[in-house]
Amino acid sequence: MNDEEINQFGKKLRAAIPPIRRSELARDLWPDFLQKMRQSPSRIPWFDWALAALAASTLIFFPEVIPALLYHF
Amino acid sequence: MDLLERFAAGDLDAFESLFRERQAAVYRWIVRIIRDPATAEDLTVETFWRAYKARARFRPDGNFEAWLHRIATNASLDHLRTTRNYIELSEDFPANPCPDSAVQKETSIAVQRALESLPARLRIVAQLGLIQEEPNRSIAEALGISESAAKLRMFRAVRILRKKLTEAGVTL
Repeated sequence: MNDEEINQFGKKLRAAIPPIRRSELARDLWPDFLQKMRQSPSRIPWFDWALAALAASTLIFFPEVIPALLYHF
Repeated sequence: MDLLERFAAGDLDAFESLFRERQAAVYRWIVRIIRDPATAEDLTVETFWRAYKARARFRPDGNFEAWLHRIATNASLDHLRTTRNYIELSEDFPANPCPDSAVQKETSIAVQRALESLPARLRIVAQLGLIQEEPNRSIAEALGISESAAKLRMFRAVRILRKKLTEAGVTL
């Protein structure tokens, strides 16, 4: 099968199917985007939760690090 | 700071400007793949949503249009993978009814079903290359594959389409 055969086959396919009903955008989609943005919950990645849990448990189980941390801050 | 830098920094006003500038082009590209205007509108919004979420990864000195094009193609591909959007034929197709119009309609249905039966990654190539006459180079760019890989997918799509149409008793 060469390129010419593919072109001919494509030509026949194009003739067989209807054209796209609306090939140009008919309206502004920005309001739809804003709606999608509002509906989407702001998700915090699991890694951030894991990091926060690790930091919290360190402070609970090793409270002696708190003064050291405060000194550095 | 230019528009793309502001967008990458998360400025929503800059993104709105980019959205309004590029939405028509993104829609045009998607509707050529999906062929359904309502779905193409949804996927245009989805494309910009993905772009907005990935803004931190965009380099302002990069090609925004090519980046958006790739996202739109991937969104379309994801849609093709999960759905089968059979396009109903309108009453006025074929445009010039003739004694053979019933045959034409049957052929059209067979062609659309054959296209639908293709795996998504071949269907997107067939839609863009065979139906929309998009060159292999731009198909390859949009899919993030080499030109020879795009050509190979085209060969495979044509082979499957021919087989399906022969099975359906349609000779093109």
